Amino acid sequence: MSAVPLEAVVRAEEGAVRVPPDAAAPLGARARLMPALAAVYRAQLSRARVARIPLLFVATFQSVGIMVLMRGVVDGGDEAHAVVAGSSVLVVAFVALNLLAQYFGQLRGDGGLDHYATLPVPPAAVVLGAAAAYASFTVPGTVVTAVVGCGLFGLPLTHLWVLAAVVPLSGAALAGLGAALGLLAPRPELATLLGQMGMSAALLLGVLPAERMPGLLQYARDLLPSTYGVEALARTFDADPDWGAVALDLAVCAGVGVASLAVATWAYRRAAVR
Amino acid sequence: MVRDLVKVYPAARGRRGRPATPEVRASDGLGIEVGRGEIFGLLGPNGAGKSTLVRQLTGLMRPDSGSVHVLGHDIVRHPERAARLLAYLGQESTALDELTVSLAVETTARLRGLDAARARAERDDVMAELGLTGLAGRPLKKLSGGQRRLACFATALVGERPLLVLDEPTTGMDPVARRAVWGAVDRRRAERGTTVLLVTHNVIEAETVLDRVAVLDHGRVIACDTPGGLKEQVAGEVRVELVWRERAPVDVPEVAALRSSAVESGRKWTLRLAPEEARAAVAAVTGGGAFAALDDFTLATPSLEDVYLALGGRGGDGLVKV
Repeated sequence: MSAVPLEAVVRAEEGAVRVPPDAAAPLGARARLMPALAAVYRAQLSRARVARIPLLFVATFQSVGIMVLMRGVVDGGDEAHAVVAGSSVLVVAFVALNLLAQYFGQLRGDGGLDHYATLPVPPAAVVLGAAAAYASFTVPGTVVTAVVGCGLFGLPLTHLWVLAAVVPLSGAALAGLGAALGLLAPRPELATLLGQMGMSAALLLGVLPAERMPGLLQYARDLLPSTYGVEALARTFDADPDWGAVALDLAVCAGVGVASLAVATWAYRRAAVR
Repeated sequence: MVRDLVKVYPAARGRRGRPATPEVRASDGLGIEVGRGEIFGLLGPNGAGKSTLVRQLTGLMRPDSGSVHVLGHDIVRHPERAARLLAYLGQESTALDELTVSLAVETTARLRGLDAARARAERDDVMAELGLTGLAGRPLKKLSGGQRRLACFATALVGERPLLVLDEPTTGMDPVARRAVWGAVDRRRAERGTTVLLVTHNVIEAETVLDRVAVLDHGRVIACDTPGGLKEQVAGEVRVELVWRERAPVDVPEVAALRSSAVESGRKWTLRLAPEEARAAVAAVTGGGAFAALDDFTLATPSLEDVYLALGGRGGDGLVKV
């Protein structure tokens, strides 16, 4: 805040419209983080009604289709757990990573970011609001996929409540990654490409059972944040789940989520002021 | 109040696989001063540096050197203050396209720091003021270009800022919508002393709404005055428009002589001439062999458009999109 000459204040109190030309005008209000985040979230969520519904169906159909295919290959046991968990988290990857990367890439490419950048909003509110909305879009698809998968492979529904943690945490990690990719990509087409590749990686490395992969791919799998969401969900299909390992996997998701959302927020600042 | 002393923006960026683009001085030692409560226009051809100037003013881009002061605040040092001083209407609406008009306006109000109740109240007021209430539930992308523009204009009005920076606000609008826009601008100026910086291509509109106008070309201000003052620069001239039936009878010597100073567009010739030259030209084309080929002609005192053309003509390339 800069100092306002006394004269200006006095005149303003007298109700005069004219302020001495050199006096600094009072700054307008600034939007606080939580209300701004809520406003962005609400606006983004409403976009689903207008634009995103078909793609949400695609995400679900894709995952269900993959499970049907894999049913011919996988007999059951741990591999079935991996397939169902991988397909469920794939819905999150499709929407949160791929679609959000495309959205931010497009917004950055055609100057749409200017709208937010010329409003007094904390950058974190825009990024977190959009990421939260995209993570929310994935909820119905993920639940449908998980339930259908359990039916197909005869897995228990008992611990599916763990999705309540898996979706937001892996959603945060993947949405943060998607937002960062979209905002950092120099061109919208590159953002789309990166989002697609991220999703393909989540598909190949998440759905296919890890034991059958070559060593190098297993390392790649360990680097992908969605893997930890998949592992956490897969573990809960065991007769006696190892809750410590589940919690650890989810903690990794949360950690990656915090880091990637921080990177995305930084990327937003960078993209907004060019 | 908006005091831009100097702003130089040399953009010389090479991209991989492509030769470095030559340096573009989008703001070349540019200086503009706008008074509070003024409606100030930026006029200029595409690529003149209008958008670059606006981006620097709104804190979206840092100038390489020079200073930008908005309402007494240094925007170069504190770019984040711009958002708290001004409302910007850009040319793109992608951030809002998939929202309904009502939600777009309300969300923008919330993001300008209003609480939920005030955001809703201002949303309703502004939408009623602009005649948008009937479109409240329609998503922006389902609207016509002019309606969408009006909805975006509504988002610039909520949360009352003392400075409005409007980049071609009336593009695609019908006369009713245009009148709503200028009515809303005038009301804010009269009631609150709101200042308006308008980027425009539309010379006719500029002439009627602006207090002062700066004409930009190649990142410089080539003229800055009231529309009336600018017109005086070409006051000694008369605009003559000749429309030929099929083609100009260039075999008539008088017509052939006029051709060198005419701007031709299809069957129409536009000339700017001193009054006595104009009289002679009209006499030449309305008498003798040329008259049979003449479809129509008009004589007019210069408009801001002529000023724009005259100033741009100096640079060698034709400006103008009207």
